[in-house]
Amino acid sequence: MTVKNKKIIVILSLIVILMAFLPFLALKQAEFGGSDDAGSVMVEQIKGEYDPWFTPVLENWLGKEIPEEIESLLFCLQTGIGVGIIAFYLGRFVERKKWQNNK
Amino acid sequence: MKKLMFFIITFSAIFGILPNVYAMHIMEGYLAPSHCIAWGVLSLPFLVLGFHRIQKLLENDRKNITLLAMAAAFIFVISSLKIPSVTGSCSHMTGTALGAILFGASPVAVLGIIVLLFQAILLAHGGLTTLGANVFSMAIAGPFLSYAIYKICKKCRANTKVSVFIAAFLGDFFTYCITSIQLGIAYPSVEGGIVSSVFKFLGVFAPTQLPLAIIEGILTVIIIIILETYALPEMKLIGFEKEV
Repeated sequence: MTVKNKKIIVILSLIVILMAFLPFLALKQAEFGGSDDAGSVMVEQIKGEYDPWFTPVLENWLGKEIPEEIESLLFCLQTGIGVGIIAFYLGRFVERKKWQNNK
Repeated sequence: MKKLMFFIITFSAIFGILPNVYAMHIMEGYLAPSHCIAWGVLSLPFLVLGFHRIQKLLENDRKNITLLAMAAAFIFVISSLKIPSVTGSCSHMTGTALGAILFGASPVAVLGIIVLLFQAILLAHGGLTTLGANVFSMAIAGPFLSYAIYKICKKCRANTKVSVFIAAFLGDFFTYCITSIQLGIAYPSVEGGIVSSVFKFLGVFAPTQLPLAIIEGILTVIIIIILETYALPEMKLIGFEKEV
C-alpha cells in the first residue's frame, strides 16, 4: 500500500468516526430511536390508527416482541458473519502479497 | 490494516449494544398485500437476471467467488451498523454500492435479498411481506444508480476514489428516496395525495440518511483502496481497471 493511500485511509476513517459519534455526543437529550419508527409515526399521522396486518414471523412464533438483548445479539451475529468473511479473505490477500514481494 | 479491522470491530461492538435502535426498511405488515405482490413481481426479473449473472461469473472462473463473498459480507456488515445521525434518530446504511461497482447491479439484487431475509426472519427488521418492496429499494434501485453513476464518472475520466464515493453516496441516498416513494404510494395524504406523502416521508428519512450516505461513500472508498492494493488479480479477473 502506498503511503498516500495509507494517509487517505487514516484521514477518511477519522472523518467516519467523528461523523458517527459527534451527533451521539452532541445531542445529549435525543432518543436515537430508529428512523423507521419515525416512519410508522408518519403513517399514523397520514392514515390515523394503523395496525400492521402481518407481524414478523419470529415475534409471531414467540408471541411477543424480540427481547432487546437478543435482538442486539442477532445484529452482532450479522456483523460478525460479515467481518469474519472480509477479514478471512483480506488476511489471505495480504499474506499473498507479502510472499509475492519476497520472491 | 489492523487498525481498520479494529475500528470495524469496535464499531460493531458499540453500535450492537445501543438499545432500542430500529433502522430502515419498510416494516412488516405496513404495505397492503396488493403492493407487496406488485413490488415482488417488479423485483423478480432483476433477481433472475442477477442469479444468471452470478452463475456466469462463477463459470468464467471459480475464483470470482472470493470477491463476491466479500461484497456480500460488506453488505452484511454495513447494513447491521445502526448509526446515530444529526436528527437524533438512528438509521443504517446499505453497503450495496461495492457489489454494484465490482460486478454490476443485478448480482447485488441476489446478495441483497440474503441480507434482507436474514433481517426479516431473525431480527423482525423489514419483513417477509414487504420483502419485495425492500429488495427493490435497497438491492435493485440503489445499486443500479450506483453502477450508472460510477460508469458515467469513469466515462468522464474522473478519479476512481471520487467516482466510488459519489456512486456509493447517491446509491445509499436513492434507496431511501425509493422507500419514501413506496410508502407515499401506499399512504397517500388526504390533501395532496401521493406526492405530498412522498415528501412527508422524505422529510423523515432524508435528514437522517444524508450524513450516513456520506459515511457509506467513505467506507466504500476505503474498501476499494484496500482491494485495489491487495486483491488486484481478482479485481482484474472481473474487469475492474485500476487507475494508472
